Amino acid sequence: MSSAELGFDPSLKKKKKSKSTSSATASSAPAPAGAEADLFAGLKKKKKKSKDTTGEKDHKDSVDDVTATFETLRLKKKKKKSRHHDVDDFEKQLAKAGITTEEEAAANANLQANFIPYDKLLSRFFTILKEKNPELAGGQQTKLKIPPPEVQRDGNKKTMFANVQTIATVLQRTPEHLIQYLFAELGTSGSIDGEKRLIIRGRFQGKNIEGVLRRYIQDYVICKTCKSMNTELKRENANRLHFIVCKACGSTKSVASIKTGYQAHVGVNRRKKV
Amino acid sequence: MSNIENLKSFDPFADTGDAETQPTNYIHIRIQQRNGRKTLTTVQGVPDEYDLKKVVKVLKKDFACNGNIVKDEELGQVIQLQGDQRLKVVEFLVSQLGLKKKNIKVHGF
Ligand SMILES: [Zn+2]
Repeated sequence: MSSAELGFDPSLKKKKKSKSTSSATASSAPAPAGAEADLFAGLKKKKKKSKDTTGEKDHKDSVDDVTATFETLRLKKKKKKSRHHDVDDFEKQLAKAGITTEEEAAANANLQANFIPYDKLLSRFFTILKEKNPELAGGQQTKLKIPPPEVQRDGNKKTMFANVQTIATVLQRTPEHLIQYLFAELGTSGSIDGEKRLIIRGRFQGKNIEGVLRRYIQDYVICKTCKSMNTELKRENANRLHFIVCKACGSTKSVASIKTGYQAHVGVNRRKKV
Repeated sequence: MSNIENLKSFDPFADTGDAETQPTNYIHIRIQQRNGRKTLTTVQGVPDEYDLKKVVKVLKKDFACNGNIVKDEELGQVIQLQGDQRLKVVEFLVSQLGLKKKNIKVHGF
């Protein structure tokens, strides 16, 4: 990779250089130095080179033409000779060009050996990214597996939510916060038993709890910016606000504190009955 | 500086009216379980410009349930309806009172 880079850069620079040299050669010096410099050049280079040689040829031709006209002024016989000379020169030039093109072909092969196709580079990038930084590599890692809530009826009027603790830890929230939300949403109260299971007053089904959990995740877990669930809930002491701090993208967003809202006094009804 | 009219068009720090900034705007519809299979629906935060008494009257008739108004010191007047009337209440508030659905929050399972 580094060699390819190295090979790429100087060719760019040399291109410019050769341009300047070619312009210089147009007036005086011929090809060889330029050809050497072109050893490492790329395809574009090659074209450039051939152009250069043709330019030189033109130049030489024109020069010869001038001399020829001069000679025609003096002797018409010499003209032929000069033409012949001209052809020789031309052949020499051609030979030179042939050599340079061969050399360039070799250089090109070298380049192509160093050249890595885009697919390979891309897959290489992703394997490295997955190794070093799996969070950024794709969606697989960000998907959290949330175990389904284990909900059982506990007697006639209570519901037991067995795996609150594990769900809370998976969501990276304190169980207290989650339980507070559950109570506020369900409009009830409850307690935690000896095995850290949640006992909720009232009858609830698994799908009910699941719906509430889903809303809890929407409101208090998922990052609004990047939809990642890898977040933390932080409480700022200064303003007593809660913030979702995303571990994936680093954004922070304030969230409303859990409000129970209006609670009807169900107990009053009971008292009426008794 | 004052010549640049362009800058006046949009204030990036203006209140966008986004979500939690004014939670009092929300209408909360909750459900509570009573004894047995019975439930209670509470509607909190209906704007004052509506005559709650009339609203409750219509609701009671429409939903065929009993209902009443409870005055809460902090939360103002709250409508209580017997049974789970949450979806019907939302529909009523949107279609009859012309309230916006995004301002209504339905709680519960
Ligand atoms: Zn994020």
